Formats: sequence, structure tokens, C-alpha cells
Amino acid sequence: MTYDLEFEKPLAELEKKISALQRKGERMKADEHQQLQEAERELRRRTEEIYSKLTAWQTVLVARHKDRPYAADYIRLMCDDFFELHGDRTFGDDHAIMTGPATLNGETVMFVCHQKGRDTKEKQLRNLGMPNPEGYRKAARVMQQAEKFDFPIICLIDTPAAFPGLGAEERGQAGSIASNLYLMSRLRVPIIAVVVGEGGSGGALAISIADRILMLEFSIYSVAPPEAAANILWRDTSFAPQAAEAMRISARELKEIELIDELIPEPPGGAHRNYQATADNLKEALVKQLADLRRHPLDELIELRYQKFRNIGKFGRAVV
Amino acid sequence: MVKEAEVPSTTQSSSQQQARPRKPFAGNLALKCPECKEMLVGRDWEKNLKVCSRCSYHFKLTAYERIELLTDTDSFVEVDSDIISVDPLNFVSRSQAYDAKLREESENVGLNEAVIIGHATIEDYPLALAVMDFRFIGGSMGSAVGEKITRAIELGIEKNTPVLISSTSGGARMQEGLYSLMQMAKTTAALAKLGEARLPYFSLLTDPTTGGVTASFAMLGDVTIAEPGALICFAGPRVIEGFMHVKLPEDAVTSEFVLQHGMIDAIVHRRELRQTLARLLHFYGKTNRKSSEFLEESHSHVHQTR
Repeated sequence: MTYDLEFEKPLAELEKKISALQRKGERMKADEHQQLQEAERELRRRTEEIYSKLTAWQTVLVARHKDRPYAADYIRLMCDDFFELHGDRTFGDDHAIMTGPATLNGETVMFVCHQKGRDTKEKQLRNLGMPNPEGYRKAARVMQQAEKFDFPIICLIDTPAAFPGLGAEERGQAGSIASNLYLMSRLRVPIIAVVVGEGGSGGALAISIADRILMLEFSIYSVAPPEAAANILWRDTSFAPQAAEAMRISARELKEIELIDELIPEPPGGAHRNYQATADNLKEALVKQLADLRRHPLDELIELRYQKFRNIGKFGRAVV
Repeated sequence: MVKEAEVPSTTQSSSQQQARPRKPFAGNLALKCPECKEMLVGRDWEKNLKVCSRCSYHFKLTAYERIELLTDTDSFVEVDSDIISVDPLNFVSRSQAYDAKLREESENVGLNEAVIIGHATIEDYPLALAVMDFRFIGGSMGSAVGEKITRAIELGIEKNTPVLISSTSGGARMQEGLYSLMQMAKTTAALAKLGEARLPYFSLLTDPTTGGVTASFAMLGDVTIAEPGALICFAGPRVIEGFMHVKLPEDAVTSEFVLQHGMIDAIVHRRELRQTLARLLHFYGKTNRKSSEFLEESHSHVHQTR
């Protein structure tokens, strides 16, 4: 996997040097062995250095990286078994939302996730991870089922936004999102939402009303995609990096202002450098949080969830 | 996706703060209908509730104008009028700081925020209400708007009355980042509590209702009604056209469109709104006119079974 982002240039050069040396194999001279070791050390050091101070926009690029693991990857790496449930029983099956029961740490949990596509064909199938109303209705159906069977719900969030199309409007995009917020605020099972890539606006929120909101280290969560915010406030989408900076969309900043509960660390260079390590970190966080949530009687859990969202917001009082 | 529309300029600066009802066009002799281009006589137009006499185009109303239109005379009691927005992220765009923008907007519009809340009666039926005002940063929802909407819903629960929210909004307010998005969750969670208390919620959609407001409380009415010709959508026509590279038909994503597609219950002309709400309050308000024994029974029932 090559370093292909603009700010990773120094890393790409080091990597080139390393692979050139490695290609020599047994023909490598003694001092070249040393060079190789040094270059590898340097690569690790520089990677950690660069990734410890990513700008908001650089974080956006990592969160959108083409090789970043998606929900299906995490489910495969964390769970013993998964059976996908399809369709909203009304209109269709939205492949931008993936749902179904899985075995996590010996327990049945219900996954409700966004799913993006890797190649062109799958991207089209997954609609770039942008759900239509039938996707949110499938999520609602499956979450109600989880409540019925007392399965905890785990939502993996990764969408640029809900799909902005005329068909989506015709089938009630706004209402389907709103209904999910309503439903999730009272569901009588523990809910954990984890932003694993892009948490884009209402499209993300629609499956994110949870007892705990977690974020992977280099994921983003924002009121609108940076491009859309730039278009509104700067009247020019090329100001997306400035909008990203101003909106405080990184996991670290959102943890600082306590809008999320936990930041899950990613391996150096981002989740796409080591799927298994990221999945292990995610699993550890999920198992710990689930055990913690199970301590609360259900009535208390629901009230705590209500208070969690009830108390979000900063406002003042006018001086008369 | 959310958008924020431009705030229409008013023709008169407001020297008296919080004056109600404001008459921004007072003194205007004539104006042009943006829909059919008819020239309207200012006085007649006001008498006609700011509806075009030729094509029925519904001009925007300010929050206080709408409260005056809908509620019994002098019945409205405003609460929490002093809640204001702060600038939690120190947000700056195009070299304008958000808190400066807030001050400027407050001065120009003469309101503390984009929503007015309180309680009132309609034909003697008591209710809690929140009425949004598009002039204040396009009716966008940040923490203060979310808090006030939530308090209006809680007021309904506390006073055991139905709740009415009159929406007009460009969506979530960008300048407060994720705080704004979370107001969708907060207001909706409060509506779920209202629902568990079996109190009715009426949603009135006015031009325009879009973005995060549509995707939260606006579309969740037990009964949802809209004024004719209002823009009602999640993603605005410009967003859809830009994204899909298509041209939308003129009447796409309007009140008529959402009614046709089954998203709302009725379209009601402005002059019939008050009467319609009174009828709804009569239908749905029966069980909770005064805290009846029936209600207390159903409350304990809810607790036992849930």
C-alpha cells in the first residue's frame, strides 16, 4: 500500500528507498542492511510525527482514503458470524446501508452500518455510501427487531451525506431520517455508534442516536460535508479546507468539547495501513462499552440517553 | 445536506427592539408579487394576511405576525425570550466572526434568535408553541434554537397541552458545527417524550422548510400541515440540481409535491390556518383538557407496560 496523499510525500520517498533496498535481497551489502534498518526506523518516526498533527483537511483526506476499511471489513475481522438482512419491506433494498446480526465476543449484536464501495462497480451499487429513504427504513426495521430480541445495536457510521436526489425527496428522505431519530431516542436496548470514516450531517445522524458515540482517530463528524459548508458560507467549494478547520470535525477536537465519548486509536499512518490492528482496537472498545451499558437497568439507560442529547448545546442569556 | 438561504432584506430598520407585532412594510404603498408580478397595494396586501390577491402567493411572515395570526388576542405569553446564541467554536468565515454576525443579525431583525416560544390559546384551547422566523440567519438551527424548541415541547409536557411548531428554516446552522447537528437529536428526543405522554404535536410548515429542520421535528407531526407553495425538502433544489446535473421541474419539492407523495396531511390557506388548528385541537385535545382522570390512568398504564 503506497503513501499516496499529498502530505505523505516524505513518507512515499522513504518507502521508495526502502523497497529499492529490499529488492536487492541477498545481494545487499552490509552497509545497505544498516541503511535499510535506518530508513525503516525513519519511516515509522516520520509517520507518527506527521499523523500526530494532521490538519482538519488532512484528516478529511484520511477519513475518505480509498483503501480505508469499511463496515464490512470490520464486521469480518471482529465477528465470528454475520448474516446480512436486506430490504425495507416497502420499496427496496438500499445497499448504502448494511444491517444484520453478528456474533461479537460470544454475544449476538445487531449491526446497522453505512457501507461504501471499493471499485467503480461497487461504488455505484453502494451509491458512494449515501443512503436513500429505503435505507433508513431498513435500518429502522432492523433496529426494532433488535429491540424485540434484546440485541444491542452497533452502528458503524461512514457516509458523506444522505443522498440528495429527487427520488429521495419523493420517498421522504427528511421524514425517514426524522423517524429514526425519534425511534432511536427511545429504543430499549443499548446502542453504540462509531464513526469509522465520514460522519456526514443528517445522513450520519440518522443511525447515530446512541448511548455512546465513539470515533476512530482519523474519522470526521460534521454538520455538513466541508464542501457544502464552504459553498454556503464562503460561496465557493474550494474553501472546503477552511470550512473543515472552522467546524472542528476531527475526533480529537470533538472529544475535547465532549461531543463524543471515546476516541479509538488507529495504527500509525491510519486505519488503512493495518486493518486487523484497527479492528482489534474497535472490538476492544465495543466490548468494554457494551459491558458498561449492560450495568444500567433499561429505564435508567433510556433516561441517561435522553439526558445525553438533552444537554448538548451552548447558549447564553441576553443582558437586559 | 443542509443549506442556508439568504435573509431577505427588510425595508425598515428596527429601532424598537422586540416590538410586536413588527410591521416591516408599514408605509410601503405598493409592492410586486414575486410569483405573478402583480402590483399589490400595501394596505390591501396586509389586510389579506400578506397573501397575493391574484395568485395566492404566501409571503413570509415574521414570528410575531404569525403568532398574532394564529392565537387568541393577548393570549400569547412568551418564555425564555432572553436565550441567545453563543459562539462555541470561535467560528470565522470570510473574515466575519460568528459572534459579530449574531450581534448584527439581532440588531437588524430585532429578535434574539430565529424562534419565539411560549404558550397561548387558539379558540380557548391552550397549547405550547414555537414559531420560527426566517429573517434571523435564514431560520437556521443552532444550540439556542434547539434549546428553545425543546423547551417549548417540555412546556407542553409540563402544562399537559398540545404543542404546535411553526417551521421555516434553511437547516442546521453551520457556524456551530456538530452542536447544530445534535439539536436535531435533542428536539426529536423531546418529541418522543411528548408522544409517550400522549400529547399531540402539530407541525406547520411554511416557506421554506429545509435541511436539518425538515429531517427532525418538522416532519414528525401527529398532524403535519403546510401553507400553499412553500419550499419543503431535505436537500434544496439547487443542491439536487448541482449534484445530479439535472433541471428540476418548477413545482418540485413544494407543499403540493410533499402532499402528493404522502409526506404531509394537508395544505391549508393562511386565512384558514387558525380555524384548522382550532378544529385539530378540538379533535386531539379532548383527552387532556384539564388534567382528567382518564389521562392519569393512561399515564400509569404507559409506565407499567413500557
